Amino acid sequence: MNFDLTDEQLAISRLAREFATDEVRPRAEEMDREEAFPYDLVAKMAELGFLGLPFPEAYGGAGADTVSYALAIMEIARADASTAITMAAHVSLGATPFYLFGTEEQKQRYLVPLAQGKMLWGFGLTEPEAGSDAGNCRTTAQLENGQWRINGTKAFITNSGTDLSGGTTITAVTDKRADGRSEISNIIVPQTTPGFTRSKKYRKMGWRASDTRELSFVDASVPEENLLGKRGEGLKQFLTILDGGRISVAALSVGLAMGAYDEALAYAKERRAFGQTISKFQAIQFKLVDMLCEIEHSKLMVLKAAWEKDNKRDFLQTASLAKLYAGEVSRRVVNEAVQIHGGYGFMDEYPVSRMYRDQKINEIGEGTNEVQRVVIARRMGL
Amino acid sequence: MKIVVTVKLVPDPNGEKKLDPATKRLVRTGVETVINPYDEYALEAALQLKERIGGDSTVTVFCMSPESLKESLRKALAMGADGAVMLSDSSLEGSDVWASAHAMSLALKRIGFDILIVGGLTDDGSTGAVPGALAEFLGVPCLTNVRKIEIADGKVRVERETDGGYQEVTGSLPMLVTTALTIGEPRYPSLKGIMGAKKKPIDMLSVADIGAADTVGSAGSKTELLSFAPPPARGAGQIVTPEDPAAGAAAILAFLKDKKLV
Ligand SMILES: Cc1cc2nc3c(=O)[nH]c(=O)nc-3n(C[C@H](O)[C@H](O)[C@H](O)COP(=O)(O)OP(=O)(O)OC[C@H]3O[C@@H](n4cnc5c(N)ncnc54)[C@H](O)[C@@H]3O)c2cc1C
Ligand SMILES: Cc1cc2nc3c(=O)[nH]c(=O)nc-3n(C[C@H](O)[C@H](O)[C@H](O)COP(=O)(O)OP(=O)(O)OC[C@H]3O[C@@H](n4cnc5c(N)ncnc54)[C@H](O)[C@@H]3O)c2cc1C
Repeated sequence: MNFDLTDEQLAISRLAREFATDEVRPRAEEMDREEAFPYDLVAKMAELGFLGLPFPEAYGGAGADTVSYALAIMEIARADASTAITMAAHVSLGATPFYLFGTEEQKQRYLVPLAQGKMLWGFGLTEPEAGSDAGNCRTTAQLENGQWRINGTKAFITNSGTDLSGGTTITAVTDKRADGRSEISNIIVPQTTPGFTRSKKYRKMGWRASDTRELSFVDASVPEENLLGKRGEGLKQFLTILDGGRISVAALSVGLAMGAYDEALAYAKERRAFGQTISKFQAIQFKLVDMLCEIEHSKLMVLKAAWEKDNKRDFLQTASLAKLYAGEVSRRVVNEAVQIHGGYGFMDEYPVSRMYRDQKINEIGEGTNEVQRVVIARRMGL
Repeated sequence: MKIVVTVKLVPDPNGEKKLDPATKRLVRTGVETVINPYDEYALEAALQLKERIGGDSTVTVFCMSPESLKESLRKALAMGADGAVMLSDSSLEGSDVWASAHAMSLALKRIGFDILIVGGLTDDGSTGAVPGALAEFLGVPCLTNVRKIEIADGKVRVERETDGGYQEVTGSLPMLVTTALTIGEPRYPSLKGIMGAKKKPIDMLSVADIGAADTVGSAGSKTELLSFAPPPARGAGQIVTPEDPAAGAAAILAFLKDKKLV
């Protein structure tokens, strides 16, 4: 077994770290406070190639592998989870559907500018009445005279309403099957489509500098060619995308935990109580040791899933395990990081307070902990 | 236009530096090796110059260093240099400024250049003497501490930082220029740059290739490091624990007055 990263993987991880430390970290507190989407950081990430990291150069990407992608997300999440989810959602959810299921023309038209970071794109699966139960999709798209007429609502859609957002790909019921169940397909809906509107940004507990909105479709019409992939395969396609997406959200959880650990370690070495730094108390040392242990463990799981994907192995179970475990590790780590900070950790100006709020979504988004367990148990044959 | 940039590989400036008492050389194992920070500015200047001139201009990085550090040079290629040449030879170990610059000049003559851009100072040896020595050995003019470079009609026009402002100076090619930090922040390597860096060449040169056998290493050096000592340890500080802030301020003021600092 070889744990060495390649030179490229190391260089990408270093670049992400340098970028995150110098450009993202100093801004994280203010962005969170102001709920400000960081257009300038996104532009820089685009220029450096982060927004097209895993796609082939022919489609405007950097042609790097999943391991590099996971390492980059970790480093950016270590500085700021909002910036990391903006990148992760764009790459894994916004652009990947075009890469996996798009025609050559759709790839040229959408994937290339997305990989270059010239625009952002949303992934619209969740609805007010269909989250974990995504098959309960109520949004409809009826094909009439060569146009899909779309009606319905999508909830919690990331990157859907920024000035850079070019549109969202959604799941919609396109017909009824013979067995009475819904036929679900993926439809590409550009931002300028009449009848397609976005709500104001949700006010959120965490990820406050990321863009999340409700989408509404009232007789919104797009051409028939805006079907992505095969008709009736929409749910299957989106679940495939979420399989890969798990690696990036797992990486995001690990990165957040690393960031909280960095803060806690530095604080413990500085803060004095009873005549010594609190890092001299065994109670604090043990917390830090346990945090490091769990971070290391979850990081290995994420990198293993990424490696399996890169090497065309079956990565699904590892990715689910990593997503579930890293999400829970991030909760335990941010919790102890605040604990180590005492009362200061409860104050807004300390990064751990933001990290504590940013953490919770790691256990909800892209498959809740419960759903993750259901999926894993099913694969175990239970 | 052939632009060549010298780049030294040094121990990570954020790490702790140690000298080996036996060899009197910097310990380079166990620490990460990075491009000397000043040389990233020199490289940035070179890349900007190439972008401005366009055409078939190239940026070549030159480095004298043990071959084992070769991969640390990739960052320069990822940032945008077209290729690199590395002068490596165990006989180069222990070279002083004179011997280093002499060997480097022989290699640089072989490589050839229109303009040679050099960082002003290294983070390890920190003599700042290499650029002048190089210019001398190469027989080219040397403009130091430059914050802006323009080239037109075979003439170089630069702005040199000075204490009081800046000077405009012009000169002819080939020329050596050392860069000031005001030349512009070094760029990040892009992801495409990183992915492409492996495909770019790093050509190796040995001492035999440049024909410098007797003038290199400790033997070829004209100076010798006799001994070294760490800076004296700082004395214990004085901690003031006053009744209230005003008393604290007064105590500190009294201390500063006593030292004649205010
Ligand atoms: C900030 C943010 C960004 C998001 N971005 C996107 C996006 O870009 N695109 C998108 O499509 N969606 C997005 N989502 C939606 C997210 O994926 C869903 O919120 C998530 O899948 C959970 O669905 P739900 O909210 O409907 O919860 P529900 O499915 O209603 O779940 C409620 C509770 O019931 C539990 N539960 C449900 N079913 C089961 C079961 N079978 N067994 C046991 N327990 C169960 C859940 O685990 C949970 O605890 C985002 C959400 C947030 C908060
Ligand atoms: C602690 C210490 C003290 C030393 N003191 C002396 C001394 O007093 N006298 C003496 O003669 N030698 C001394 N040396 C040896 C000296 O450092 C080496 O000869 C070294 O190769 C060149 O000197 P520098 O690092 O000071 O370079 P500087 O003159 O500070 O470097 C200026 C620029 O020259 C270029 N450059 C320098 N070295 C290289 C290289 N190897 N490859 C590519 N480009 C390069 C870089 O662009 C750099 O920015 C010392 C070394 C150490 C570690």
